[in-house]
Amino acid sequence: MQPIHLAWVDYTILLAYTAFVIGIGFALRRYMKTSTDFFLSGRSIPAWVTGLAFMAANLGALELVGMAANTTKYGIATAHFYWIGAIPAMVFLAIFMMPFYYGSKARSVPEFLKLRFDERVRCLNSISFAVMTVFASGISMDCLARLLHLLLGWNYNISLWICSAVVLVYVIKGGLTSAIYTEVLQFFMIVLGFTPVIYLGLKDVGGWDKLKATLGLVAQNPAALDLNSKTFQPDAWTSVWKPVLAGPQANPMGVDWFAMVFGLGFVLSFGYWCTNFLVVQRAMAARNMSAARRTPLIAAVPKMLFPILVVSPGLIAAALAFTGKDNYRLPPKIVSDSAYVKAIPAVKEAAALKEDEPTAFKNVSAAIAMKLNEAKVAAIVKDAASLDDGAIKDRLQDAVVENDYNGVILSLVKKYCPAGLLGLALTALLASFMSGMAGNVTAFNTIWTYDLYQAYIAPNKSDQHYFWMGQAVTVAGILLSIACAYFAKQYNNAMDIIQLVFGFVNAPLFATFLLGMFWARGTGTGAFLGLFGGISASALFHSLTIAAGNSPGVKGGYLAVQQTFPSEMAQNFWLASFAFITCFTLTVVISLLTRRTKTNEELKGLVYSLTPKLKDEAKAWYLRPATLGLVLLACCVVLNIIFR
Amino acid sequence: MGLDIRLPIGLMFTLIGAMLAIYGLATNSEPELYGRSLGINVNLRWGLVLLAFGITMLTLFWRGRKSSQ
Repeated sequence: MQPIHLAWVDYTILLAYTAFVIGIGFALRRYMKTSTDFFLSGRSIPAWVTGLAFMAANLGALELVGMAANTTKYGIATAHFYWIGAIPAMVFLAIFMMPFYYGSKARSVPEFLKLRFDERVRCLNSISFAVMTVFASGISMDCLARLLHLLLGWNYNISLWICSAVVLVYVIKGGLTSAIYTEVLQFFMIVLGFTPVIYLGLKDVGGWDKLKATLGLVAQNPAALDLNSKTFQPDAWTSVWKPVLAGPQANPMGVDWFAMVFGLGFVLSFGYWCTNFLVVQRAMAARNMSAARRTPLIAAVPKMLFPILVVSPGLIAAALAFTGKDNYRLPPKIVSDSAYVKAIPAVKEAAALKEDEPTAFKNVSAAIAMKLNEAKVAAIVKDAASLDDGAIKDRLQDAVVENDYNGVILSLVKKYCPAGLLGLALTALLASFMSGMAGNVTAFNTIWTYDLYQAYIAPNKSDQHYFWMGQAVTVAGILLSIACAYFAKQYNNAMDIIQLVFGFVNAPLFATFLLGMFWARGTGTGAFLGLFGGISASALFHSLTIAAGNSPGVKGGYLAVQQTFPSEMAQNFWLASFAFITCFTLTVVISLLTRRTKTNEELKGLVYSLTPKLKDEAKAWYLRPATLGLVLLACCVVLNIIFR
Repeated sequence: MGLDIRLPIGLMFTLIGAMLAIYGLATNSEPELYGRSLGINVNLRWGLVLLAFGITMLTLFWRGRKSSQ
């Protein structure tokens, strides 16, 4: 792939952004006096800022790139990850759960678990979460460095270390406040950087109605773009609900409505939005209870509209590639250097031995290990004598049929952005990678300092000591992330396994919180063993099931294949549902068999039935969380009906 | 927290918006640059949008400061 050439104006925009985030870190330094300032922003941030940060902390670049990729592959149903998979959980968090998080004065989610249950549950949750944040930020930085290398021709190592250094400087100076402020800045960068690309893309395909008509043709022949081997009804890429309701065979995701609503909409979504400290920490930094409760509600507004920014590029790319306008094609998978080493001799050999076309095609395909275009391979072999190695490389890359869906959004940026706008869009992307790292590192240093260091290693030290520890562990967290980035660079497969393991850990978590907050009888032993059982159950479920088309191994089914799902997504949703139900049942049964260790008095402020209700009546209606939540849910229903 | 975030947001987008708009004006006579953006001078137009956003944020910042004094 040819690297993009950046003009001086693009570099100036990039530098201006970097200067501003570092400047914010330095400007905040003088407000950082205690550990509370550093880890919790002194609980002093206005709701609109924590709200945007709440949404932006989750909006890593991986989400932007990944959701556009999903849309090309699965169509507009990707919006379910926003409408079903986020809004109800955010409303639930604001109305029912935030009073306990904020009101209990716990400084982190694991600390809440300790107050409600016991040390074992806290320990399990904090260790798994700390490891997860480091890996998440490592994976994100690895992607960033790869992208800069591929797109701009920058050196992988230099990109990785410089971007990490920028994050280090602003987090160590300004703590959580720095992370929150840059998340808000990044939110505006993403929205304002990508809107013109969407506008130009929509205009180019001829508007929404034309886009819909073209996607109708795509749905009837997705094999033309190597999207799917089946054929679907014309509305499969452009309707949110109809293809899902028609059953797993009728939609490209291969999911049924129950897995969608229960697995994604309830278990995965509530498990993420209501218990993940990365996002909940933003709400905990709000200046008072009312601002903390409004945080997820304010975040829900942009979250609900965000599909405009991530779903449309995926749809536009599919339509453009189908019509072949301006020779646009979906970006192909990148052929690695080690594959070229085998493929170039294969081409030369085929040319020298004058192999017939099917034999030559078979040999070259085997060397590259990807699906290739037969006519293009035949042409390369025919011209091989007159081509040098570089030209053969370029033509082999061009012959790859398999799509690199993650490249979709960048291919549009490249297609439509002239110098200037290009700098803005790339800076937005870079910004979201860096703020993803900052978010994970701030969550990591809080959990480490409060839930591991203060709890088990060095209790009863001065506040200044923990403040110092927070800064020191920020450096450690960044270095660990860099190590993970190199690890991810080395072993692609190992990264899949790690993400899988964290899937197991997270799937049952919401059951523990739900029972903890709404059932006073739940005991520490019940919660601990229930959580453990839930994690084991998801690992077991995964080892016994598989998605159609995958071979047993990392993708599941390594013990025995008892059940085959139509797609990985369906397998994932069902796994989460199964883990949740197991954890829920085990926690209830074991709690009933064990004795309560906490009195009603101790659980006040931690369990719904034992906590005095908050009075909202005095506030204006638009400040009451329940009213706001209902309005948001109604808007969400309307959106689902419009795009049904 | 002591620093009002509207100040850095406002300053940054004012700066970037002005830069884009000026670059757009300077390159207005180079249609080949804007071939990929369907013949529209997006730098000039979008630069002005960013500039307006930046100035709005700065205005909100000044008003917030006045009312808190």
